[in-house]
Amino acid sequence: MARKMKIRAWDNGKSTSIKAIIFHPMETGLRKDKKTGKKIPGHYITEVNCEHNGKNILTCLWGPGVSKNPFLAFNFKGAKKGDSVKISWVDNQGGKGGSEAKIS
Amino acid sequence: MDTTRRIILKATMAAGTLAVAAGANLLTPSTVLAAWPAKAFNAKKMDVAMDAMTGKGRPVASSDIKVEAPDIAENGAVVSVKVTSTLPKIESISVYVGVNAFPLCSSYVLSNQMEATISGRIKMAKTADIVAVVKSNGKLYTAKKGVKVTLGGCGG
Repeated sequence: MARKMKIRAWDNGKSTSIKAIIFHPMETGLRKDKKTGKKIPGHYITEVNCEHNGKNILTCLWGPGVSKNPFLAFNFKGAKKGDSVKISWVDNQGGKGGSEAKIS
Repeated sequence: MDTTRRIILKATMAAGTLAVAAGANLLTPSTVLAAWPAKAFNAKKMDVAMDAMTGKGRPVASSDIKVEAPDIAENGAVVSVKVTSTLPKIESISVYVGVNAFPLCSSYVLSNQMEATISGRIKMAKTADIVAVVKSNGKLYTAKKGVKVTLGGCGG
């Protein structure tokens, strides 16, 4: 898939830290194309699901107010090294993507 | 320069394929999409967005929520925000910017495995407060942080 994302997951001693970047334009729908003067249609991620070993830990609901190439960082408990963390997203145009990482 | 162009071209083509696939219903949007609170995200006024998100309940100011953001943001298109809270049983954290065209930026639904810390980046149209609303134990609490924006980040 052309659209990519990066996830890092590591044991910080007390819990598990996650950092992720999703490469996405996050177009608000308010910007105008300078050449044509037409509005660029909104194109943004609406929902991001984070799972640990298949169990949902965090759901992010996003609007166009989230920056381009969104960054997400959070910590969670109850995981051990080697567990898998999966992050998947959908956008308002039906696009979707995701990636998986092992906790190190 | 040339490589960038290649990448952009590739990305555009792949995106095109995806659009076709979506049109043909091969990629059905996930069922959870229905849960996306469109009314709250499309609201143009902060009160309306908050009502749509939380019902009629108004959040109470709390010192147990910390909103970390730069005092001055040179580029309103990318403002780092970190919300932490020591409140018990946190169910959700929402981030609003009242001056944005769409005040509700993001909302996070936390499971009980989560620590109450969320970092992200948001857009800000101009100098304003970033307002965080935290739902803890069924009640709503709020805190804010003023950010001076030098260059607005919502385009238009």
